[in-house]
Amino acid sequence: MILNNEQNKSNIILRVKNLSFYYGAFQALKNISLDIEANKVTAIIGPSGCGKSTLLRCFNRMNDLFSKSKLEGQIIFDDLDIYSQSIDPVLIRSKIGMVFQKPNPFPKSIYDNVAFGLRINGFAGNYDEEIERALIQSALWDEVKDRLKDNAYSLSGGQQQRLCIARALAIRPDVILLDEPTSALDPIGTVKIEDLVNVLKNDYTIIIVTHNMQQAARVSDKTAFLLSGEDRCGILIEYDYTKNIFSNPKMKETEDYITGRFS
Amino acid sequence: MSIDFKLNQNNLSRRKFIGIIFLAFCLLGVLVAMMGLISLLIQVILQGYEWVTPNLIFNYPSRHPEQAGLWAALIGTLYMMGLTALITVPTGVGAAIYLEEYAPKNWITSFIEINTSNLAGVPSIVYGLLGLSIFVYFLKLERSILAGSLTMSLLILPVLILASREAIKAVPRAHREAAFALGGDKWQVVKMAVLPNAFPGILTGVILALSRAIGEAAPMVAITALVYITFIPVTPMDRFTVMPIQIFNWVSRPQDDFRGLAAGGIIVLLILLLSMNSVAVILRNKFQKRSEE
Repeated sequence: MILNNEQNKSNIILRVKNLSFYYGAFQALKNISLDIEANKVTAIIGPSGCGKSTLLRCFNRMNDLFSKSKLEGQIIFDDLDIYSQSIDPVLIRSKIGMVFQKPNPFPKSIYDNVAFGLRINGFAGNYDEEIERALIQSALWDEVKDRLKDNAYSLSGGQQQRLCIARALAIRPDVILLDEPTSALDPIGTVKIEDLVNVLKNDYTIIIVTHNMQQAARVSDKTAFLLSGEDRCGILIEYDYTKNIFSNPKMKETEDYITGRFS
Repeated sequence: MSIDFKLNQNNLSRRKFIGIIFLAFCLLGVLVAMMGLISLLIQVILQGYEWVTPNLIFNYPSRHPEQAGLWAALIGTLYMMGLTALITVPTGVGAAIYLEEYAPKNWITSFIEINTSNLAGVPSIVYGLLGLSIFVYFLKLERSILAGSLTMSLLILPVLILASREAIKAVPRAHREAAFALGGDKWQVVKMAVLPNAFPGILTGVILALSRAIGEAAPMVAITALVYITFIPVTPMDRFTVMPIQIFNWVSRPQDDFRGLAAGGIIVLLILLLSMNSVAVILRNKFQKRSEE
């Protein structure tokens, strides 16, 4: 069930060890262990309510914002236990960026949106250069280079989502978490984001949650399949290279899910 | 095959009838409100337009209506409003930010919340008497502009806190999360993502609160009780009077001319109020456009 990837240990950037997660008394995730490889795209799939977004939000401690959440187990980022007492979640979030389900640019100019993270983190270098780099990386530069002072809401939904990616890239994170980034977009916007993910993995490690199995098959190198058990608590069923998951799943539940026998 | 609309038709005319009655009620409500406002305005303007002269604005009070003016009251009102805004806006917005963003969700917080709402409904004379005993006598601020502004601040703080909290609450969670996900700490998220978003709403609260303060006479009667002032206040510790008190004094004089003068004073007060509101509305629209375009 758990992939043993002994051949190249240094490639592992995030190591999830026996992670359980609770919202108050409700257990949302049970005993999840998986290793995320650097410069790969890892997809997290599973039916609604199986805890895939919750798992994703464990990686940058976004769940800390819910007052009654509790986490057991460990997530090791490089050599760092990100849930240890001495770690400030603010630092983790500047190294592990996140893009949300619905495009959520700030009601500011395109330029100021990308500059936001730089300002927050006290960046003292050349803003214009960094912003151009981030917008080029997110494949948005050509569309917005003449209108950087325009409000971000003048962009289309797909452009807004790429702006959110640029905003996350601007502060040079190591990992980018994508939480169903195309679920609010039209097919053209979706294709552009998927193409972008394929390019970005050269420089970043990407973890993407998606409810769209074709998307997982198209963009990811490895896939984790989560399922909620009888107590509605999410467990990891199978984690393997994407081509194995989709062509030769080891678990019956995985096969049932990807062949659409239940959803 | 023909479609039978009979049942639906009966129903339809009845529903339409009810709709029309409802519309009539709503229109009646608008009419009553507008008539009241318009007749008030017409009456005041007819009675007072002749009296709106440079004399009215630049003269000190006098026994002779044609020489009397509200210079001292006008400056007193402006001075007190400015000081009130300086005290209220930081305090009120600060309290709202604390209650919305930082306060732990426990019984003390909800106790404070309930009482903020209650305080917004307390009659203004009560604040006047409170200000009189605390600021004028206990803190020995005398009957000064500072004492008046502090009292007025107490009066409008609950209104401002409530409005600001609503504005802060209305900021989408997505903006907060985006700012947190970029590595912002709590204060940065509040300063850079929440407050700019809530600003138009907070500004509306400030307008509403200051508009209430500018027309209040009751608490000022308790604090200053002065009408005949032949100087303009310079320091915050000077004695003062405000326009509603001056107008109230003129209305209660026996001579007819003073009633005309009072109407003139009301026109000046209304102009002040409306111009203050329009500046704020323009500001708010400017910021709202920037955030919603």
